[in-house]
Amino acid sequence: MLDFRLYMAQRLSALIMAPLVIGHLAVMIYAVQGGLSAGEILGRTRGSLFWALFYGGFVVAVSVHAAIGLRTIISEWTRLRGVMLNALAMVIFAVLLVMGGRAVLAVTMI
Amino acid sequence: MFDNATTTDDHADTDPIAVTVWRGDSGGGTWQSFNVPRQPSQTVLDIVTWIQQEADPTLTYRFACRVGMCGSCAMMVNDEPRWTCRTHVGRVIRDGAIRIAPLRNLPVIKDLATDMDPFFDKWVKAEATHHASADRHDDFAAVLPDDTKRIEASAGIECINCAVCYAACDTVAGNPDYLGPAALQRAWTLYNDARDDAGDALLDAVSAQGGCHSCHSMGSCTHYCPNDLDPMGAIAGLKRATARRAFARGRG
Repeated sequence: MLDFRLYMAQRLSALIMAPLVIGHLAVMIYAVQGGLSAGEILGRTRGSLFWALFYGGFVVAVSVHAAIGLRTIISEWTRLRGVMLNALAMVIFAVLLVMGGRAVLAVTMI
Repeated sequence: MFDNATTTDDHADTDPIAVTVWRGDSGGGTWQSFNVPRQPSQTVLDIVTWIQQEADPTLTYRFACRVGMCGSCAMMVNDEPRWTCRTHVGRVIRDGAIRIAPLRNLPVIKDLATDMDPFFDKWVKAEATHHASADRHDDFAAVLPDDTKRIEASAGIECINCAVCYAACDTVAGNPDYLGPAALQRAWTLYNDARDDAGDALLDAVSAQGGCHSCHSMGSCTHYCPNDLDPMGAIAGLKRATARRAFARGRG
């Protein structure tokens, strides 16, 4: 049932990502149109629980989604299977989570 | 359906066809060339038969009905899986040449004959076998043509197990555990059939490793099915059914 659980996790993470991607694009266009500087953007995001949850949730969903997708591609393109395949997928998940988490903390921590 | 029959090849070119045929077995092989006379309304199966009868009697291939009913004669024709009996030469010939190989994604027994065992083993693995819902003491199950589930079941019952979809599937090529479009389509057909009682066991089988969730919805199965069936749609149905069951269990 691992295949099914991963399938569901990937679809549910996609459901979470879809509105966040639209929100992210809208914010970017708004920031560019308004001519906001990096300092002004950081002034809005630092200390903001909303932006921490928005981009924190985005990072978690991306990490889950991408790790499962890459696991599938790796299994089909290479002979990697079983424990090694799952371990590699977990490493990809952890790297994306840590890198994304650091970026979110950098723009939301006071 | 049977669009191969509507060829414009009745007035055949008189030049011989440059045919390249794969010769070998599971250990490997090579390509062999033949010049085959062009005939009116000639099919790819006619070419293979001519080679065996007139040029090289050791050529091995499989066929039975010659009219697109038995599913025996599928081969790769110019790298695409086709029923050779329903494929007219005029439809596939390129620059006077045709290349014929055994079906992709299956072990080769010899020349153009593949071992279909892995294909049919996966039908059993997908629980795509009959599970009786009644015995002789029960009334017949009502099969209502307009019933939503019956419409889903009827959509896939014309599959003749030719393995064209299995040969066309890139997911099978990349993942040998994947059950493939034909087995999963039959599982979906049985899942929707009032006379079959597989239910949860079937959904468990198609949720296991290599089950319906391995499908990438690339659609080669539906594109190449010579019977115009939609295995990709059937697999999507299985994905929905398994997801619905998971949510229902979560609520329960």
